[in-house]
Amino acid sequence: MTDRTDKYMGQALKRKEDPRFITGAGQYTDDFVLPGMLHAAMVRSPYAHARITGIDKSSVEDMPGVVAVLTGEDVAAAGAGPIPVGWLLPDLKVPPHHAVAQGEVNHVGDIVAVVVAETRAQAEDAAGLLAVDYEALPSVALGSAALEEGSPQVHDDVPGNVAFRWEIGDEAALNEAFNRAHKTVKVRLRNHRLVPNAIEPRASLAQFSPASGEYLLYTTSQNPHIHRLILAAFVLNIPEHKLRVISPDVGGGFGSKIFQYQEEVIVLLASRLLGKPVKWAARRSESFVSDMQGRDHESEAELAVDAEGRMLGLRVNTVANLGAYLTLFAPAVPTYLYGTLLNGVYKFLAVHAKVTGVVTNTVPVDAYRGAGRPEATYLIERTVDVMAHELGMDPAEFRRMNFIQPDEFPYQTPVALVYDSGNYEPALNMALDMMKYQDLRAEQERMKGNNKILGVGVISYLEACGLAPSALVGQLGAQAGQWESSLVRVHPTGKVELYTGSHSHGQGHETAFPQIAADELQIPIEDIDLIHGDTGRMPYGWGTYGSRSAAVGGSALKMALQKITAKARKIAAHLLEASEEDIEHADGVFRVKGAPGQQKTFSDVALMAHLAHSLPDGMEPGLEATAFYDPKNFVYPFGTHVAVVEIDTDTGVVKLRDYGCVDDCGPLINPLIAEGQVHGGIAQGAGQALWEDAAYDDEGNFLAGTFMEYAVPRADDLPNFQTDHTVTPSPHNPLGVKGIGEAGTIASTAAVANAVMDALWHECRIAHLDMPYTSEKVWRAIREARQGAGMGQAADD
Amino acid sequence: MNVTLTVNGKPYTRDVEPRTLLVHFLREDLGLTGTHVGCDTSQCGACTVHLNGDAVKSCTVLAVQAGGLEVTTIEGLGTVADLHPLQAGFWEKHGLQCGFCTPGMIMSAAELLRHDPDPSEATIRHHLEGNYCRCTGYHNIVLAVQHAAAAMRERESGQAADD
Ligand code: FES
Ligand code: FES
Repeated sequence: MTDRTDKYMGQALKRKEDPRFITGAGQYTDDFVLPGMLHAAMVRSPYAHARITGIDKSSVEDMPGVVAVLTGEDVAAAGAGPIPVGWLLPDLKVPPHHAVAQGEVNHVGDIVAVVVAETRAQAEDAAGLLAVDYEALPSVALGSAALEEGSPQVHDDVPGNVAFRWEIGDEAALNEAFNRAHKTVKVRLRNHRLVPNAIEPRASLAQFSPASGEYLLYTTSQNPHIHRLILAAFVLNIPEHKLRVISPDVGGGFGSKIFQYQEEVIVLLASRLLGKPVKWAARRSESFVSDMQGRDHESEAELAVDAEGRMLGLRVNTVANLGAYLTLFAPAVPTYLYGTLLNGVYKFLAVHAKVTGVVTNTVPVDAYRGAGRPEATYLIERTVDVMAHELGMDPAEFRRMNFIQPDEFPYQTPVALVYDSGNYEPALNMALDMMKYQDLRAEQERMKGNNKILGVGVISYLEACGLAPSALVGQLGAQAGQWESSLVRVHPTGKVELYTGSHSHGQGHETAFPQIAADELQIPIEDIDLIHGDTGRMPYGWGTYGSRSAAVGGSALKMALQKITAKARKIAAHLLEASEEDIEHADGVFRVKGAPGQQKTFSDVALMAHLAHSLPDGMEPGLEATAFYDPKNFVYPFGTHVAVVEIDTDTGVVKLRDYGCVDDCGPLINPLIAEGQVHGGIAQGAGQALWEDAAYDDEGNFLAGTFMEYAVPRADDLPNFQTDHTVTPSPHNPLGVKGIGEAGTIASTAAVANAVMDALWHECRIAHLDMPYTSEKVWRAIREARQGAGMGQAADD
Repeated sequence: MNVTLTVNGKPYTRDVEPRTLLVHFLREDLGLTGTHVGCDTSQCGACTVHLNGDAVKSCTVLAVQAGGLEVTTIEGLGTVADLHPLQAGFWEKHGLQCGFCTPGMIMSAAELLRHDPDPSEATIRHHLEGNYCRCTGYHNIVLAVQHAAAAMRERESGQAADD
């Protein structure tokens, strides 16, 4: 082993995992083949709401290769229970969510039956021809429409389509704040629905072994242990240790691979019933109607300020469309992950929010990148901009004067959270400098009245991530813990394997986690590898979502590593015949202070730990440690993002011209990876503002079911991004790190939306338009405003 | 139906259903799983391979159409021991995250660099608009292609100087 003194933490190291991806050697779920494997194809409902009046299996049973046709009855008879909800609210109404529909379908894409055949093509052919009789039922797609008197009922056991009513904050205090208001604005806004669209479609491959009673499931998951727990304990009622879930290389998740899906239940059951491995892999058009979708809020927000422009209060009323079923995190997203974030980075006297969770005949909605926080950020930052425009104030200055100040942390908000640390103004200043903000404003004036106009969107966001104390989330209704575990296994040669309950599906854990370990153990990173994504190898974990990997998983790793170095130090002291206090661990060796040459390397210690020829009295052999870390609090990253758009007023085309941001997620483990996360996040958030739209018609027919109708951002649509960061460590975890995986998305939707609206306000006093800003919508708005037709909502109506 | 084609320099003959798409032939019949399937409407580009040197979306080509032709997949472009400059560029510039789009992205970029050894940022972005990446926001992909282009030009001029 070579000595080393450099630090890995904070270095922009190239990723250890990349050689396999760039050579085509990655192994994603659909790449796996098991001997004798059969293929499942789903028969999906073409109706948003219908009764299934008959399924004629004989219509396809004789087709080539067909092995079985499974209906809801078959699945129920095989003992599969409904898929549970993982987060309960008081009085929550939970309609049963079956793996295969039992009598009724509730959204386009709901699974009606399953065909299993020898090849995928045969299964799909037969699935397309299965004779199913439906009786169409009245249906509804929009959250607010589902609340109207006389609206179609989605489920009999969810009266009025209301799954929950929830509120947070002190309404009396809010009313008082509004009584003192010098000015108020009210904005009605829709945070429209999105499809996550990881480029790898979901897939699952199951194998049941009758001899051992063991199940193996390869699946596209962000959290294999959660899948194992739910499938074993709640859906299939099998011993948890008899189910091994492997999530190999996973091609992006963005939330959409957290949840327990129907197809995983189906392939496991089919494998047991048929005695052979069974694979299902989604076509993209299936992904569109079966991956959980995101966002879909209709809100009214009112902001009050005093005569100096200081924010007094924020009042929010939101209808959250949950879709046809309540899925894993669905109740938490528009409540605890949204309502508690409505304070943003500002000093409010009061904030009060009411949220109504509504079921409709649409694909279920659950966490999508940011989960609740982008919705909160968009609402606050959009409303703040409307107020700044109304006050005639510069939006950046209006924000600056209302920031929580650095000496006010920990900061208790009126909506339950205690912010750990923050310093918002430096990030704002850096971002404005980076983008030459004053020059942009001058350019905007110059361009006024031309057929190209400029808009600048400045937003300052805050997010809560690193979910979070288990006892707290338990009180709030979570049916899971939120700690993370790590195992560090040192081999006799001094080579090290790290095991984590976090899961990497693009976040670079295989590099970042060894960076943490290499510094703690003082050995080369080449000697360390990370193992993840396999319940058969990992102690336990809750997975990767909500930007929790570094803060929670990384902290668990740090604690396990500290146990290793503590034991290694003892062994070294023993071998060097010194007292433990006299041992220093530096430059890659354990040495006796003041006695040069008296030293042991990490691999010397590892070898002796395993040979056990000379260990301190009573010490167990081996060098291995496990740690379970339960965070003390959420962590609160923040930052300022600036978007610059150019709008062609003749065509309405919006071009995102420049984008710059300054994020603060505490110390960076690997700046290259962190920056990459920000880039991808910006693209997804900008996608929502400008192009993406999971559109339904009023009856719940899905209008955007392929990439032909659903516009994800392409290379040509985006500029290069400028990024920078400030560093404000979290006092709560041993690494001081916060999270960065979702920040880009949380911030960029609001930044791009504000940029577009900034242009339209400057040009023709349009106060608000809903996203996405398609050219047709923008062109129409400009034309009507210029003609004095009063397009757009008045800010004070 | 019998089809004979050359993949990454090796000839293969297989009996296929006439409707078998080239992407499925590569993945399932030959076990070359570096070529990915990301959509069913020929939009995403995850399946991009070279057919007689041209980049094509292998989900829009029948295996039998490739009969007698030369196919290059990501596995044939370079190896870990001998990376193609684009593979090296993507690694160097962090042009990938989950890696799912990456093989198709690299194959598509390879075609660009064959026709245009020094593409502008705009040209790169335009050329790659048929390849979706949901992870990177494309910023680093553009840098990766530029990095590879510079490396390839350098190699070329080095070779030219040697001649
Ligand atoms: S799989 Fe071929 S373009 Fe998407
Ligand atoms: S790296 Fe994940 S889709 Fe491109």
